[in-house]
Amino acid sequence: MSSLLTRVKLKQIEQSIEKGQRLDQRTLSDYRDFKIEQGVIEKAEGSARILLGKTEILVGVKIETGKPFPDTPDNGVLTVNAELVPLASAKFEPGPPGEQAIELARIVDRGIRESGAIDTAKLCIASGKKVFVVFVDIYVLNHDGNLIDAAALAAVSALINAKMPNYEIVDDKIVIKQGYTPLQMKDHPVTVTIGKINDKLLVDPGLVEEEVMDSRISMAFTEDGNVCAVQKGGAGYFTLEQIIEATKLAQSTVESLRKKLKW
Amino acid sequence: MKDKTIKLLNKKGLRLDGRKLDELRSVKLEVGILPNADGSAYVEHGKNKIIVGVFGPREMHPKHLQRADRMVLRCRYHMAPFSVPERKSPAPSRRENELSKVIRDSLLPSLFVENYPRTGVDLYIEVLQADGGTRCASITAASLALADAGLPMRDIVVACAAGKVNGKIALDLMDTEDKLGDADVPVAYMPNLNAITLLQMDGKLSTKEFEEAVKMAIEGCKKISNIQKEALQTKYKVIKQEEVEE
Repeated sequence: MSSLLTRVKLKQIEQSIEKGQRLDQRTLSDYRDFKIEQGVIEKAEGSARILLGKTEILVGVKIETGKPFPDTPDNGVLTVNAELVPLASAKFEPGPPGEQAIELARIVDRGIRESGAIDTAKLCIASGKKVFVVFVDIYVLNHDGNLIDAAALAAVSALINAKMPNYEIVDDKIVIKQGYTPLQMKDHPVTVTIGKINDKLLVDPGLVEEEVMDSRISMAFTEDGNVCAVQKGGAGYFTLEQIIEATKLAQSTVESLRKKLKW
Repeated sequence: MKDKTIKLLNKKGLRLDGRKLDELRSVKLEVGILPNADGSAYVEHGKNKIIVGVFGPREMHPKHLQRADRMVLRCRYHMAPFSVPERKSPAPSRRENELSKVIRDSLLPSLFVENYPRTGVDLYIEVLQADGGTRCASITAASLALADAGLPMRDIVVACAAGKVNGKIALDLMDTEDKLGDADVPVAYMPNLNAITLLQMDGKLSTKEFEEAVKMAIEGCKKISNIQKEALQTKYKVIKQEEVEE
């Protein structure tokens, strides 16, 4: 945003949003087209790649055995991590995950965890000793805005695609058998992000819109229409009325997305 | 995962610590407690004990993080190893990283960042004891510390959470309620502007319950806001008296 040209452009976008027009001819409540491909990485237990506009995210699921957390000895472990790979944007830098990556991973994590999509009790092998650990790794390959929704959609798609190794317990030891069974899922949460530019709410903000918007709100919904995770972000604010409006907008968007997704 | 058999409400509808559904825990705030910081505040919210220090506006280091058109707010939320039942490693966790970010986002709307180009303000939050709702208590104290540092502000940000315990919407969840309850909705708010600057949620709520929880949290915010103002005034009242004595 340092050059004058961009500032002029940003101002233009702001003004056209004010009139309800967006750069790519979408209305304020339109979602970009997206395409999801499952099973793109053979070596992963589950995987999915999403293309949302030009945002591209690959999610790989690895399922391994490990120790449970001491406070939940009978539950398997779900771990979500996000990498903003430097090749995806000039603004991403190599190194350990920064705030943006950690927030992204934790929003996706909350959506999946709080919806109860994965029954972690079923991932227990031996109480307090051995459980299955489900690693969900989000790999951002191209940044064109709204990483949150794209990552959440890809993560759930990869989990639907995931298969569990068959095993049996022989003399207190786990023997991995041949073959796989699909990972059971009890819910399929969908997350929708709404941006705010000058008191206008817009669905699925693109990269340039993200530069202009002062805040966003991401909401995850379960299949039965309950809210299971919310996150406000950005240095601006929402009024209570705007939150209520955003909730309705997010809910109707989730409904139309579900029709396309056929989950 | 969540054990629903534990009763969080008794027959009279009172909570584990005897509070009503819409009752806050006791909140104590103190301003200007750190001699070396430019602004500081201490909060006791129920059993939460949190100390906040502000340094700046000062020259921003490292220089490449400077912004020619604004001040940069850096925020670190950190929990002491002894603040929770099982020792927490002092290295910043992913949770602490995320909270540092959302707390910063919740405070920025209150500040006139464009008035202090090239400067940095560092905000350090140390949670000495945690009992649920630390991010809210941190924001309440942090905004006071910023005010104490003499920064002009649009409003003092105040935060409070609401949630759902045993099927009922309740205000200001403590740790046990947060862990065993159905949902938690932390909200940060600027009362004079009707502006919500932080909103998160985890758990399961219908959209109606969600709205109800946000509204209840805002009511809680308004109550804490009065305590905030009192705390800020108290500091300057004391100074005034000293001057009179001289």
